[in-house]
Amino acid sequence: MLREVVLEIPARLDYLAVVRLVVATAATLDPPLADNRLEDLRLAVSEACSNAVKAHASEASPEPVIIRCEVGPGAFVVEIVDHGPGFDPDELSALPEVTDPERLHHEGGLGIPLIKVLTDAASFRQHPKGMAVRMSFDRPSTSAG
Amino acid sequence: MDLEIDTREHGAWWVVSVQGELDIASAPRLREAVIDVVSNGHTEVIIDLDGVDFIDSTGLGVLVGALKRTRGHGGDLRIVCANRRVLDVFDLTGLDQVFVLAESLERAVG
Repeated sequence: MLREVVLEIPARLDYLAVVRLVVATAATLDPPLADNRLEDLRLAVSEACSNAVKAHASEASPEPVIIRCEVGPGAFVVEIVDHGPGFDPDELSALPEVTDPERLHHEGGLGIPLIKVLTDAASFRQHPKGMAVRMSFDRPSTSAG
Repeated sequence: MDLEIDTREHGAWWVVSVQGELDIASAPRLREAVIDVVSNGHTEVIIDLDGVDFIDSTGLGVLVGALKRTRGHGGDLRIVCANRRVLDVFDLTGLDQVFVLAESLERAVG
C-alpha cells in the first residue's frame, strides 16, 4: 500500500526547518529509515527545497512549493515541485578541484551534487510550470510491505 | 531552530561559536559575523561548529567565503567540529581537504 504525506509551504527559506522536521518524521513510519539515512534525507530535502524557494523568488511566483512524500514498501520517495524557471542539472558547471586555490572563489554549486550522493536515486524533470525533483531512499524490506 | 552566534578572543585567535542549524536561512548571519570580525582586524579566526547539528551547502559556502576572506587579509581560518554527521558533509563535498578541521578548540589552536 502506498501512503502519502503532502506538504505545501510558502516559498520562504524560514519554512525549510519545518520541511526537514515533517519529512524526517514521515520517514520514521514503519519500516523506518535508519538514523543515518534520516540525516541524508534531511539534507537532501533541504537542498532541493532551497533551490525551489530560490526558483520561486527569481520568478516572483506566489505559488506554494509542494513536498510530496510517498511511503512505499520498498522506498521512501520525496518529490519537490516548484514553479520556477527550471534547470538542467547536467548543464551545471563543475566546481574546481578542492586542491585548486580557485576553489575558494566558489561558495555555491554544492546542492545538486549533494542531492545525487545522498539519495539512492534522484531525478530532475521539467514540468509545464516548473521543476520536479524526485529523490528516493531505500527502506528495509518487511514481509508486511 | 534559531542560530546563536557568539564571538570572543582566545589567545591570538578570534573564536566565532555557532549553535543551531546552519542552513540557507541562517547562514547569512554567520557571514556577517565573520565580516565584522575580520573588518575589526582579527584575521586569525576559528569557527566553532560544536553546537551545530545541521549544515547545508549554503552553510558550507559561507565557511568557504570565510576562509577566502581571512586568507585574503593575511590570516587563517580553522574549524572546530566533533559532530560526526556535520563532518560527514565536509567529507561528502571534499571540503575536508580544504579546511583545517579540529575536534576541539584546544587542538585547533595547538
